[in-house]
Amino acid sequence: MNASLVNSFANIIHAATAIGLYHFLILGALLFGLGLYGLLTKRNAIAVLMCIELMLNAVNINLIAFSRFVAPAGLAGQVFAVFIITVAAAEIAVGLALVFAIVRDRLTSSLDDLDWLKW
Amino acid sequence: MLDFSLTHAWLIPLFPALAFAVISFLLRRLPRLAAAVAIAAMGAGFAIAIGVAGAVITRGITVENPFLQRVTWFEMPGLHIDMGVLIDPTSAMMLFMVSLVALVVEIYSLGYMHGDPGFARFFSYLSLFGASMLGLVIATNFVQMFVFWELVGLCSYLLIGWYFFRISAREAAKKAFITCRVGDFGLLLGILSLQLMFGTVDFQAIAAKIPGYIQAGGAGALTVAALLVFAGPIGKSGQFPLHVWLPDAMEGPTPVSALIHAATMVVAGVYLVARAFILFSSLPLAMQVVAWVGGFTALFAASIAITQREIKRILAYSTVSQLGYMMLALGVGSLTASMYHLLTHAFFKALMFLAAGSVMHALHDKADIFAMGGLRRKMPVTFAAMGIGVLAIAGIPPFAGFFSKDEILAAAAHVSTPLYILATATAFLTAFYMARMFFVAFFGEPADPHDHPHESGPAMLIALIVLGALSIVGGIIPYMLGFGEWVRFGPAHHESIDPMIAGVSTALAVLAIALAWLIYGARKVSAEDLADRFGLLYKLSFHKYYLDEFYLWFNRTFVDGLGKILYWIDINIVDGVFVDGAADITGRLGAFLRFAQTGQLQHYALVFFAATVVIALALVFAGPGGAAILSGGMLGGVRL
Repeated sequence: MNASLVNSFANIIHAATAIGLYHFLILGALLFGLGLYGLLTKRNAIAVLMCIELMLNAVNINLIAFSRFVAPAGLAGQVFAVFIITVAAAEIAVGLALVFAIVRDRLTSSLDDLDWLKW
Repeated sequence: MLDFSLTHAWLIPLFPALAFAVISFLLRRLPRLAAAVAIAAMGAGFAIAIGVAGAVITRGITVENPFLQRVTWFEMPGLHIDMGVLIDPTSAMMLFMVSLVALVVEIYSLGYMHGDPGFARFFSYLSLFGASMLGLVIATNFVQMFVFWELVGLCSYLLIGWYFFRISAREAAKKAFITCRVGDFGLLLGILSLQLMFGTVDFQAIAAKIPGYIQAGGAGALTVAALLVFAGPIGKSGQFPLHVWLPDAMEGPTPVSALIHAATMVVAGVYLVARAFILFSSLPLAMQVVAWVGGFTALFAASIAITQREIKRILAYSTVSQLGYMMLALGVGSLTASMYHLLTHAFFKALMFLAAGSVMHALHDKADIFAMGGLRRKMPVTFAAMGIGVLAIAGIPPFAGFFSKDEILAAAAHVSTPLYILATATAFLTAFYMARMFFVAFFGEPADPHDHPHESGPAMLIALIVLGALSIVGGIIPYMLGFGEWVRFGPAHHESIDPMIAGVSTALAVLAIALAWLIYGARKVSAEDLADRFGLLYKLSFHKYYLDEFYLWFNRTFVDGLGKILYWIDINIVDGVFVDGAADITGRLGAFLRFAQTGQLQHYALVFFAATVVIALALVFAGPGGAAILSGGMLGGVRL
């Protein structure tokens, strides 16, 4: 084994193991995809709310990753993430309250039964 | 003083306009003060008008060298409209005449309208009218004239409908307004086409451009424009076939008839043609039309007047006839004769209307002359005033009408024998019907012994005396002063009286008066027998040639018929197909598309997500154009 081969192999190992921007973006995309899948397919309203949280957090990861790797001087991404967390907390409180109200009224939390918006 | 009057001529219409505003907003409940304000304002205007006339004579202002003041009224590319003051001998004469007659009529109204609940309002309308008419007189361009032209029309409408509790007065007001609108529509089209042809509506500027335009072969188009302009005077000055409103306008109070429908507003049409005389006089065909419309109207209206029974109606047809005379004079190219007759006619016709008003005032609004009779002993001043008026309009020397009528006849004789014969026949008829009215109303015995007429009060008598004096000397003084050297078009010429023409017309007038005396004064010839013998002619004349009936029939058949057709189209096509159709299609589409709404939030989320994906893909792959279209909604108003 000559040195150059070892060297390039080490580079590949390094690229594969060192944590960089793309790792975070891929993680974010995976989380977002999972959340979206759940949003579109889950029958339970609470599960859908959890999926929405998942998507919001995927966005948070993206923001922080960009902030850290693309514009490390500023804190805009972090600030955004803090805001989103705050808003998400409020939103989930309202969402859960709605779901509880619906469950009390209709005795169901299945979204299939919640189609009263149609004509 | 004279120079001040000249440079401040714009004050003449401004005073009555201010009086109108003050009376309307402050003095509605103070009738005496309102009348005082109106008369003071008109008096101030009259004083300045005298100054203007003096300035014109002493400062060498002629037709070629007028005094002009202009300010820009509004402006946009290709259109420039002024407001201004144009003082030349013609407009100075008009200012003098209008402000004088308006002043006299306002004084007369003090007596005539006494006790009317709308006394103050009446004076505010008269002031508005005075302001509009004086503004019309000093107009420097067609648009300014048109604005004031419509304003006098409005005042005419308001005052004809003064006794609005009478249906006939309301109908007459509407008829006057609508009939004049027909003419005004033509006038507006004419003004617009002049603007298109010359790029200006200024009298002076158009006058400068007309010869070149005709040289360049524009005579045909210009004739059309001139005839369109002439439609306005046909309506406003009561020329055939739009004269029908003027006799009905007598529904208004008599001072209004005297001021608006005899002396001033109705001559606005004649004045417009005179103001734009360069336009007409360079177009032989247009001149022919003006002359023949005028000549025909003169004879036509005179032939109606000889059988009418209401005193104001006789005077109204006489006004139509005399306006025809003025048009005829213009048509044969004599602006001098036309303006001369306009001046004297204003005096003697206003006088006759005011005298008729005095009679009706004394007889409690009785209008039929055959119900009067024997008034000469009870109302001597009115009798004298009406007598002067009759002699003046009949053309007996040395009364005012003689001189101006002679000028018109001489001018017509120079140009065309048929027109001269037409005018002379009209003169004969005029003398006849006026003498008839005079003899029937003032001579003989009272038709109703229960009537106790009394002479009118001082305000009305003053007006009669002033106008009576003017009707005597209003012809000879301008003649001595050389009227034709000032008020003229083209080179100055001083018409001397042609003994032949003057002799014939005077002899005919005397003959007509004698004939009227035989029939209606001495009653040697029975009027009923004559009416029977000329049964058809009498009926035609008495029913005004059934023209009103014809217009009514025409309206009912064609205008209403067209209205019905258009109504059907509106209901079935416009509303039925377009409006209701659009609503129907929208409704049906909505009923169909609502099934796309499942109410399942997750379905909506899926569509939302799919759309986002499509847009993202388009942004990446579709190139700049497609991306721009697809991202338009997303990016809002941001330009790519």
